[in-house]
Formats: sequence, C-alpha cells, structure tokens
Amino acid sequence: MTETPLNGEFDEWLDSIEDGEGYYVECDEGHGWLPPRRVCPDCGSRELHDEPLPDSGEIVTHTTITVATPQFEDDAPYVTAIADFGPVSITGLVRGVDPEDVSMEDVVGIEVGERETTGERAVVFRPR
Amino acid sequence: MTDPRIAGAGVTQFGKHPERTGRDLFADAGLEALDQSGVDPDDVDALYYGNFMGELAEHQGHQGPLMAEAIGVDAPATRLEAACASAGAAVREAVKTLRNGEADVVVVGGAERMTNIGTAAATDALAIAADDLFEVRAGMTFPGAYALMARAYFEAYGGSHEDLAHVAVKNHEHALVNEHAQIQKEITVEDAMEAPTIAAPLGLYDSCPITDGAAAAVLTTDEYAEEHGLDAPVAISGTGQGGDNLALQDRPHLARTPAADKAAEEAYADAGIDADDVDVAEVHDCFTIAEVLAIESLGLFEPGEGIHAATEGTTSRHGEMPVNLSGGLKAKGHPVGATGVAQLATIAWVLDGTHPRADAVPDGTVGVAHNAGGTVASTTVHVLEVQE
Ligand SMILES: [Zn+2]
Repeated sequence: MTETPLNGEFDEWLDSIEDGEGYYVECDEGHGWLPPRRVCPDCGSRELHDEPLPDSGEIVTHTTITVATPQFEDDAPYVTAIADFGPVSITGLVRGVDPEDVSMEDVVGIEVGERETTGERAVVFRPR
Repeated sequence: MTDPRIAGAGVTQFGKHPERTGRDLFADAGLEALDQSGVDPDDVDALYYGNFMGELAEHQGHQGPLMAEAIGVDAPATRLEAACASAGAAVREAVKTLRNGEADVVVVGGAERMTNIGTAAATDALAIAADDLFEVRAGMTFPGAYALMARAYFEAYGGSHEDLAHVAVKNHEHALVNEHAQIQKEITVEDAMEAPTIAAPLGLYDSCPITDGAAAAVLTTDEYAEEHGLDAPVAISGTGQGGDNLALQDRPHLARTPAADKAAEEAYADAGIDADDVDVAEVHDCFTIAEVLAIESLGLFEPGEGIHAATEGTTSRHGEMPVNLSGGLKAKGHPVGATGVAQLATIAWVLDGTHPRADAVPDGTVGVAHNAGGTVASTTVHVLEVQE
C-alpha cells in the first residue's frame, strides 16, 4: 500500500493548526488568505507573510447536510459552516454542538479532526 | 460587425436516460439543430462543446472530436469546461469566432450523462466544481454551498424558505407544457415546504434534479444567413462573462454574485441595452436561491428584492418579468454541460414565437440567458434580440 501524497502547504497548514500555531498569509495591504498563495488575488502583491491565525472566529453562515457525498456518508447529518476569523474566513465542520443549535454569530475555535467516513483530516470548529 | 444568428436549435428530452451514451444524446440534439437550421453540415467551420463530468461519468475525456463525428461534422472541435457554465462558455467562444470573421457557421452545444452513476456518485462529481482543499474536504456539497448562500442571503436581506418555495412552484408550473422537461408536475408551496431537507435550509424541491440530456444550436454570421436564405430572426447581440474567487470563504459577500453582475454589465453594454429593455430571462436556478441571486445580478430586481419576485408573481408567466418559462433547471432538468445552450434555445424559441410559453411575452424582442458555474465563480450572460 502506498501512502497518499500530501498536498504541500495545505497539509502544513493543517499541521500548524494541530500544533496550536495556525496561521494565514497576508499582503502589505492587509488582505488575508489561506496557503498555498504566491500572489494576493486582490492587489497582486507577491510580498506575502505569515501571520498568526486569530484564536476564534464567528460563524457567518452554516448548513446541516443530510445528503452527503460517499466521502462523508457516515458523517451525515453534519454541519458545514464558514467562520470569519477577521483577515480570513475558513470553511469547516462544526462539532460539539447539536446541529439544530448552531447559530449565526456563534463564536468557534478551530482544530483538526477526522472525517468519520474516511478518517481523513478535516478542519473542525467547536463552540467557544 | 454584425450579430451572429441562431439558425436552428435542438434539445433532447431532459430526464433519466442512464443507458444512453453522451455521444448518442448529443447526436440527438445536434442533428435536430442542423436539420432545423437548413445549414449544410459541410459548411460547419467549428464545434464548441460544453461538458463537465465526462471523465467521471463515462470515463471519456477528449469529447470534442467525438461529438463532431456524432453529428457528421468534419471540423475542429473543442470541449469547454466551466462547471455548470460550460455551454455558456461554448456559446461565447462561438460568438467571438463568428464575429472576428474566422467562421461562417459554428455548431455550439453540450451534453451530460449523469444518472448512470447514481445519485451518490453524481453528488460527488458535482462537488468537484468547488475548491477541493478548502470546501470539499470540509464537507461542502453542491446543495450545501447554495444552502450557505441562502442563509447568508436571509441574514443580509430577509426573506424565507417559503419565498424560495414560490420559485419552485412557479418553475414547475412553467414546465407543464415543455415536452423537453424532466419534471412535468404541478406542486404547491406546501409540497415544497414539507419536502425532505437535503442541506438546511434547502430541501428537495429547492434543488434541480440530476439529468441526462444534450442541447445544440447552429450559429451563423448575418451574411451567411442572408446568402442562404435562412429563417433566423433571432441574433445574439451581446456576450459577457465574469469570474470570482472559487471558494465561498474568500468572497467578501455571500449573498451577492459579482461574477454575474460583471457578465450582465458586459453583455448589456455589448448589446447596447440595459436591464429595462429585457422582456424575458432564462436564469441558472440550479437551486431556488440561485434564481433570486441571478435576477438581482441581471439588474431585473434590486439587491434584496429578488426574493419577493416569485412570491409576488412578478417572475411568473403572467407577471411583468417572466423568468424561466422553460421551467428552469428546477423542472426542465440540468444536464450540466448542456444547460447554457438549452437556455439559448429556449430564449430563441420564445422570441420567435415557437415556444409553448411564448404567449407570456407576445411582443418580446429582447431576452437574456444567464448560465452560472459552481457557486457562480463563472458566469456567462448572453443577450438575444429579434432582428428581422
Ligand atoms: Zn493584497
């Protein structure tokens, strides 16, 4: 059995979150992005530097998915949300709360969890 | 520069045809378009063909030449992929090629075979239009993505799931006379509200079905149409395309679709019209909320007002601004790579009076087709006008 190749900086970014040292990349204009990025799509700057990811984000939209793809079959029903961390927004699975109780503006922390179906790593939000 | 003409169009019955190959579906639509146009297939200079998931559904890449062969055309053939806007992108290439004088006749079309792989695999295949690393790995599905946009819309502007149910009810009613439609069944607001949830707040009746089908059109220059005495009263007078960040999380506003704003602005300027001139629209309602976002981006309704349009009847066939007289993707069906050309065919038939819902706009001369890819990271808008 061969190991699945990693997705470079994306997996390094997940590692950083696992280590409690999450980051994002930012240009001098303050536009924030998740790696890998070599150029800021907003202003074209190629001078991107790492910045520490804020400790918590706020849910700006969410959905409870009942009809999943085969890769998430055993996870369903599950909540996918976009959380605003200030300079960047991030998409993740909301855990540790009943799907019916997830609300807009909920404050969440970020961690790395596993998909129940495949065991692969996934971004997970938990209420703070 | 004159506007390309639509000389003929063909659309298969949209629905579940799991045993029909993509090439057979496209031949069905393409030959109908050629026959209807009266154009000699030997005169075709190019084929632009839209298809999204042929590798996953049929283990078939390189579909351009395959589809040219299927319709008996010996010409350079290129497949375009822009998720659900693949056929819209193909139309745009065809228009540009005809306008710059590189061709007299172009066949444009698209096909998608989807039901043969089953709902789970089709859901999986559709999800690849999203950002794999940041969205799909966080569980985002195609309905899930639109559910995120729907909730953001309600938060920003108000409106409710019941307003979306009215979009579904309207489009189902429009499709009742469309023999190409996958679903010809009247539904009520209650039916839509009570349907099972697929990605809250969206339910089964907020979603288009999974569809097999194909569409094609024969486009010619104005000169070619005149020289050959073609009956081609409808021209494509404007084309526009816009783009956006692929992932929703990277967009500043989740309740707006700026790629479609840009496409509409460009297409209207190209045609020399504005939103007030539009008599009828076919828009990309892969989900009910998508119709709301589309009619706002097209400038037919102000931001935050589109949600009330179906509820108030404005966008029904009896209303001032009929939208999706075909039944839309919702009821007509959404064979992904064919949709943009099926929309083009619908508008052409409404404007030339041959569509069964043409009586909704008896004096209509200007129509628009809005075709969106993924979560509207790609959009094409085309303006069609009667130019006798
Ligand atoms: Zn920047």
